[in-house]
Amino acid sequence: MSALTLSASPAHAGAPPAAEKPAAANEVSTPARPEKPQREPLRPKLRAAAKRVIPPVMGVALMLGIWAIVAMKASGIPSPLQTWDAAVTLFADPFYRNGPNDQGIGWNVLSSLQRVGIGFGFAALIGIPAGFLLGRFTFLTNMFDPIISLLRPVSPLAWLPIGLLVFQKADPAATWTIFICSIWPMILNTAQGVQRVPQDYMNVARVLNLSEWKIITKILFPAVLPYMLTGIRLSIGTAWLVIVAAEMLTGGVGIGFWVWDEWNNLKVEHIVIAIFVIGIVGLLLEQALLLLAKRFSYGNN
Amino acid sequence: MSKPMVIVENVGMAFDTKSGRFTALRDIDLQIAEGEFVSLIGHSGCGKSTLLNLIAGLTLPTSGNVICAGREVAGPGPERAVVFQNHSLLPWLTCFENVYLGVERVFGSRERNGKLKLRTEAALEMVHMDHAMHKYPHEISGGMKQRVGIARAFAMEPKVLLMDEPFGALDALTRASLQDELIGVMGKTGATVVMVTHDVDEAVLLSDRVVMMTNGPAATIGEILDVKLAKPRNRLELAHDAQFVDCRAAILEFLYQKQMKKAA
Ligand SMILES: Nc1ncnc2c1ncn2[C@@H]1O[C@H](COP(=O)(O)OP(=O)(O)O)[C@@H](O)[C@H]1O
Ligand SMILES: [Mg+2]
Repeated sequence: MSALTLSASPAHAGAPPAAEKPAAANEVSTPARPEKPQREPLRPKLRAAAKRVIPPVMGVALMLGIWAIVAMKASGIPSPLQTWDAAVTLFADPFYRNGPNDQGIGWNVLSSLQRVGIGFGFAALIGIPAGFLLGRFTFLTNMFDPIISLLRPVSPLAWLPIGLLVFQKADPAATWTIFICSIWPMILNTAQGVQRVPQDYMNVARVLNLSEWKIITKILFPAVLPYMLTGIRLSIGTAWLVIVAAEMLTGGVGIGFWVWDEWNNLKVEHIVIAIFVIGIVGLLLEQALLLLAKRFSYGNN
Repeated sequence: MSKPMVIVENVGMAFDTKSGRFTALRDIDLQIAEGEFVSLIGHSGCGKSTLLNLIAGLTLPTSGNVICAGREVAGPGPERAVVFQNHSLLPWLTCFENVYLGVERVFGSRERNGKLKLRTEAALEMVHMDHAMHKYPHEISGGMKQRVGIARAFAMEPKVLLMDEPFGALDALTRASLQDELIGVMGKTGATVVMVTHDVDEAVLLSDRVVMMTNGPAATIGEILDVKLAKPRNRLELAHDAQFVDCRAAILEFLYQKQMKKAA
């Protein structure tokens, strides 16, 4: 956690100097104090950096404090220090393999990510074209709207038994739940993007008399891309929520199964570590996708 | 001048809306000669854009015909290029790529890529945007975007150039410099232009004829004013020109006396 706040702060601290520059230039050019041009501008910079760093540090400290108190009162809950010690040993060797049911936490996280990747990949492969079709043809929208409205609120875990039945194996069944939960945001966001392509752009296409291929590559696809990326972000976010629960039910290798296994071994500090790991991985996924989305937002959208 | 480039023949336009049929235009008759610059002026909502879109072919009339270069207009096409009010540049393409898209479509089947590039660059040079050719629309000002929009239209060498309030969203100084730019481009190309405007000075400065439209619903052409000022025109010299002042007065009289909005 502390590593995260540290990694976040330099990015923020990088911004203020640009904002401070005009003020610094003013001070230099003020005739009243022509000396000490170097020392003065440093102080506001530090103050701005402190403003950014102090609140999150306080938040983390508060959380650790409450956690420590709870750990003291309730038996069985490990204290922050015990958890830290456990984490140090655990992360000393994250990639060991002692048979199929005893593997390092690194392997568990990677297998969960792999399931999310495969399930999401299939969802994108089907959801994006489906979204394009639904967005382009009102008839299809009206046709599929009741089905999607009915199925979307269903927890993807309700689909797990169907997956087990069809695939006869736990692993593809878990991937199947990821597919189910990822497909709705992909379809809906893509369709919405297609419907919201500004009429102006379509008019440009009509006046230039562009071919269907040019319309798709030069207008539709770039216009819909930001919406698609929102769909991807929502899908992966949900998928990461769902995979933990799905793996608890299916077993195998994966962070969800690992949590359950450690509960059976009564290693509560490992469960707490898992919670942090799941949170950090989720956060990183989200940030990476936000970064990607920013790269493809065209200044004014 | 020779035979008309654009003929609008007894055109009427009605829209089907939720509250019933709405007649926007009726009995529009207009002929535009090759190389002529015609402005459409009228109060907001009278149907200027509707008429321009009919000539562009973006919408089709409910009655009457629109004929361009001897052929009936059945849809939009690059020989009737449009400069949209809000520039409508594609934000994911650079200025160069935006212009190139049109050039490629019109000349791509006949010319090599190098020639297409030269055409694109020449068009951007003409509106003095060659320095920002490889910038994206969000990196340049509103006036510059509109210049690129004009370059895109001119680069396609259209038979008719249609402009819907091309400078409407710009501040007065930028607008003036773009008008001067347009006067320069017109001098070089001799294009046929139909421009929608709500700016009286702009209409007189640029046009050979100003078409004044009555208020809607069921708007039609009220009066047509011939502007016989010599070209190319200079805004500073015109400010005190008696003929310019007369033209201006005639339009103002039409707009604010004969067609004063009842509700507003
Ligand atoms: N697609 C449409 N459907 C219904 N009414 C329309 C449509 N387009 C324009 N109108 C109506 O036609 C009238 C003229 O509109 P427009 O040509 O945009 O006016 P102007 O460009 O002169 O301001 C307005 O009353 C407008 O509401
Ligand atoms: Mg209009």
